[in-house]
Amino acid sequence: MLIFSFFKTLTDQVITVELKNDLSITGTLKSVDQFLNIRLDGISVEDPERHPHMMAVRNCFIRGSVVRYVRMAAKNVDTTLLEDATRREIKDAKK
Amino acid sequence: MEGYVDHLVQVILQDGRIIVGKLKGYDIRTNLILADCVEREYSMEQGVEMVPLGLYMIKGDNVAIVAEVDEAKDATINYSEIRAEPLAEIHH
Repeated sequence: MLIFSFFKTLTDQVITVELKNDLSITGTLKSVDQFLNIRLDGISVEDPERHPHMMAVRNCFIRGSVVRYVRMAAKNVDTTLLEDATRREIKDAKK
Repeated sequence: MEGYVDHLVQVILQDGRIIVGKLKGYDIRTNLILADCVEREYSMEQGVEMVPLGLYMIKGDNVAIVAEVDEAKDATINYSEIRAEPLAEIHH
């Protein structure tokens, strides 16, 4: 639940999603849901020469289950806050 | 994904296949109903091959990406001249 809320705070930021087939897509995060499915707008692929498959599309829906990494700018993340929140969540789960 | 209904979408499957069709319906598990599907087969030997498939129901487990096709832009692309390796399959 926490990571879902975290992703919601990244809405309208530019992120790069690396898929489990090595395709990397950069775009503006438009929405995220409980499965961590991601909607990206204004997309571009990392290596368009090798991956021309996404030429005719501008926005896409990525299934959460195929995401390997999400890369984001460090300035968009309050690491201390996130650290505290994850620890609190673990502590609450143990109760 | 509701904005995609009745639009032309490009679906990338877990095995790397690419299917383009009109999205008729979907559910929470990403199960899709696509009308007038065409598979786009990329290869290095020849241009993109368009294989007509008809009406498809795709089980959500097999879906990796659903992307809205910009039909105006799509019409300007000469797919018979595009050569590329097919997309890799998803490795969990």
